[in-house]
Amino acid sequence: MIEFLHTYGLMFLVGSWPNGPVGGFAGTLVLAFLGLAGAFPAALLIGLARTSDIRVAKAVSTVWVYTFRSIPLIMIVFWAYFLLPVLIGTEVPPFSTALAAIIVYESAFLAEIIRAGLQSVPSGQMEAARAVGLGYFQALWSVQLPQALSNMIPSLLNQFVSTIKATSIVYIIGVQEAAFAAQQINSIELTAALRTYLVLALFYFLLCALLSRLAKALETHLRNKRLGLAA
Amino acid sequence: MIQFEHVNKWYKKYHALNDICGEVRRGEVLVVCGPSGSGKSTMIRTINKLEEIQSGTIRVQGEPINGDGVDINRLRAGIGFVFQQFNLFPHLSVKDNIALSPIKVGGMARREAYGLAAELLEKVGLGDKLDAMPANLSGGQQQRVAIARALAQKPPLILFDEPTSALDPEMVGEVLAVMKQLAAEGMTMVCVTHEMNFAREVADRIWFMDRGEILEDTTPAEFFSQPRHERARKFLADILH
Repeated sequence: MIEFLHTYGLMFLVGSWPNGPVGGFAGTLVLAFLGLAGAFPAALLIGLARTSDIRVAKAVSTVWVYTFRSIPLIMIVFWAYFLLPVLIGTEVPPFSTALAAIIVYESAFLAEIIRAGLQSVPSGQMEAARAVGLGYFQALWSVQLPQALSNMIPSLLNQFVSTIKATSIVYIIGVQEAAFAAQQINSIELTAALRTYLVLALFYFLLCALLSRLAKALETHLRNKRLGLAA
Repeated sequence: MIQFEHVNKWYKKYHALNDICGEVRRGEVLVVCGPSGSGKSTMIRTINKLEEIQSGTIRVQGEPINGDGVDINRLRAGIGFVFQQFNLFPHLSVKDNIALSPIKVGGMARREAYGLAAELLEKVGLGDKLDAMPANLSGGQQQRVAIARALAQKPPLILFDEPTSALDPEMVGEVLAVMKQLAAEGMTMVCVTHEMNFAREVADRIWFMDRGEILEDTTPAEFFSQPRHERARKFLADILH
């Protein structure tokens, strides 16, 4: 195992970099981070639109959620891969294609979590915020969202973890990331499939476990703050 | 200060407010009572537009509030509102609850707003709770913070929507004491309440509402000694046992 890691460690970590794009674990981290960074703000807007009184916003966001929630990620990846170049008229790098697909797909799920989170805040909170003279967006920002987000942490974490794991599927269009690196190593080594995929599984496990611990710590911190126990 | 002119509101087919007419003068304390479902809360919530009306006119400080071009946030910033369920912001400390509107709406500097919060907490008898979180306060304390939060807007008018109905009996007194103090200082107040002793002692006028109508608009002395309306007599008999 030591020798195996010695030989392929670098490939697991960064893929074929510096002779190609950054891949491996680093590629997954970048893809997952950008995916979440793109999907979360988009989901925030979609989730807000889902709870709003503006009919057009509500209709568009509902269609968005229902559509992308009901299609497997791999279909969206394929659609993006084949359709995007036709629409734009130029070649789109696999990484950008994958990122776009992940953002679109995850935004639908995250939006529903955010909608539920917003609706979990008692209506009296928004009323009280408006009654002291705050505008809708001020009230949203200072009163409703902070409470909604802290209620949402467990569900958001779930979706974040699921996003990280979902990035593994995009190796299919040749994006350099952890699963792609493992695939390459496997085709070089041929007889080390179990070892290769064990390392890959451990990587996902550790990453997601770390994220879970962080979310747990944040949740505890916010609860303590609310109860006046925080130092 | 407030005028109702033929105000009507419907929830679907249900006539929640039926031709409400009346006036609250500056410095006056109005107590609104009546059985549950009589439209008291709906009525008081129309004054700061937490509820919309379908016809009629409501004026606050002479300005009609229901037309187009009314700055709803400015209107609300000039009216304090105290809720039955307190509705303190649980993620903010007591001083941040009070300072939120002065900072965000009034453009006050944070330091100054915290100074104001300290002063108002002192006034409602909670000078030591500046940094407490709402979850650590009793119901009575939370409602007094809510009153301080309303006062922080420096409003000429405060609306109380059943401010003691969600409290344990032993905490009702401390909230009423603060309300009495405000009344004595000349604050204009509209209070939906079942506290008949408060009404008797503090109110300048009483509205008795039932089924969306104001059936009595009179002084406490007259209301308690010789209610004109049959339903008012029954209500008083029920509530005073």
